[in-house]
Amino acid sequence: MNDKKFWFAFGGILIAFIIYWLLGHAFFIEERIVMLFAILIASATIIYFVNKAKRGEKISLRPIPGLKAFEEAVGRSTEMGKPVLYVPGIVDMDQVETVAGVIILGHVARMTAQYETPLNVPVARSIVMKAARESVREAYIMEGRPDMFHEDMVHYLTDDQFAYAAGVNGIMMREKPAAVFYQGKFYAESLILAETGNSIGAIQIAGTASPAQIPFFVTACDYTLIGEEFFAASAYLSEDPKLIGGVKGMDILKVMIVGIIFLAIVLRLFNDLGWINFDILKFLTIQ
Amino acid sequence: MFSAEIVGAWIAVFLTLAIFSYLYRDNPFYKVAEHIFVGVSAGYWASMFFWTQIQPNLFGRLWPALHEGQSLGILGKVWYGIYNFFNLIYPPAFPDGGVATGHGMQLIYLIPLILGIMMLLSVFSKFSWFARWGIAYVVGMAAGLRSYGFLNSNVIGQVKGSIIPLVGDVSTGAIINGIILLIGTITGLMYFYFSKEHKGWFGKIGRIGIYFLMISFGASFGFAVMGRISLLIGRFTDLKTFGGADYHHASLWLLVAMVVLLGIWSFFNKEEKLTKGNTPK
Repeated sequence: MNDKKFWFAFGGILIAFIIYWLLGHAFFIEERIVMLFAILIASATIIYFVNKAKRGEKISLRPIPGLKAFEEAVGRSTEMGKPVLYVPGIVDMDQVETVAGVIILGHVARMTAQYETPLNVPVARSIVMKAARESVREAYIMEGRPDMFHEDMVHYLTDDQFAYAAGVNGIMMREKPAAVFYQGKFYAESLILAETGNSIGAIQIAGTASPAQIPFFVTACDYTLIGEEFFAASAYLSEDPKLIGGVKGMDILKVMIVGIIFLAIVLRLFNDLGWINFDILKFLTIQ
Repeated sequence: MFSAEIVGAWIAVFLTLAIFSYLYRDNPFYKVAEHIFVGVSAGYWASMFFWTQIQPNLFGRLWPALHEGQSLGILGKVWYGIYNFFNLIYPPAFPDGGVATGHGMQLIYLIPLILGIMMLLSVFSKFSWFARWGIAYVVGMAAGLRSYGFLNSNVIGQVKGSIIPLVGDVSTGAIINGIILLIGTITGLMYFYFSKEHKGWFGKIGRIGIYFLMISFGASFGFAVMGRISLLIGRFTDLKTFGGADYHHASLWLLVAMVVLLGIWSFFNKEEKLTKGNTPK
């Protein structure tokens, strides 16, 4: 889709909505109009920048130290002749962090395939096991090493949170991996895992968007991808224009949000002073 | 004498101490506790998922219990004929006359049944690609469902929370608080701006943002540590209770026995300790 088509589609949706609105907008919940605009603006911004990136327009991203360490960690494992342990979190594929974790696993698996380093991925959910296996299998095939792939690389432990933590700890103590990746959604087991990894002297790289667990990873790991750095990681690692365009689109959305915050403060001030009759807080309340 | 409660207390104490023994180093007690924990929990959750999700919510909607005297058409008879076959194989999960969970027949649940069967079929390497359909459904459904919730709570909710009142019935302290929150939100957002180098004035904004993030992480860390301490106190309270005469001093006896056995084990594994010790970073 080029820019002309994009604006044509965007304008078409807008005109169709205006006509629908003028015709009485049956079935439309007016109190949720802000959500409609939010979804339209967010989607349109991301699609616009993805298209730009796909056309080959250069989008530069600032370096993130934790991402540079991925290859270093796998390389260290190779030099030491020890395996790489990858923990994709403890929740199912219906959480965006797990999806991001499985995508990053694909990149790590490509590195382990290149370096011929053993990879161990214990999982806590059956669907994650299938998804992770597919991701690793594809990575090994893409690197031309399907012979090195075996299904037991990705194996199920248990659904239970602390039993899973105990199992992963056991793997760490016995196999002594030289690199441990924690990429996904974690809860209270995060510090147990990270401290054990630290005690065996592994280089540890964590990535999560769980705010309550980031402090534990920051304390015990060598590198931590916090919040959106973790979601941007797959774009950085793959250098895929579509993903990089998405990151740029999200950046623009952040600038828009800052602008909307300032505008909303001014609108509230004017409303409180009685200069206008528009309650921004009520407008932003989704019912 | 030894009631089920006392036996349970002894097992609880043994497993607690076995897990605590990991503080010394990886040892046979920890390995036993770990394997029991992993194995029992895996079996427990598999059973729980079947009896709380699959049986009542899936089978209960596909083959609900028939009312007395309820007549079925030809298709219905064929459908319940399939059920009767399952009933012959495993009656506890497929009781006579259908699954009585109060649901009506909802054939839309054939979709999750088919997706589930496709996941199971992936045990045959020839059909392993079938599993992708189920994964694609879960990921796509979750992405659509959650995007609305995230936009509402994480974006619009945050914008709403940042609209500080500047006039009216508001104290100076609340205004200062609001301004700090606003600065934290904006600088935090700018820290996560990836398509511009964090240099010059922009770098300074990002640095302020990371300070705010670190302060919030520190507070979160302290809060979580307090929670963990209360969990630890809970375990010690149990150990103290089970150490009483009512439980034949389970904590004391098991602690002594484990310390002695660990000492003997450690003595005979000196060499292993030296060769498999912690690798310095």
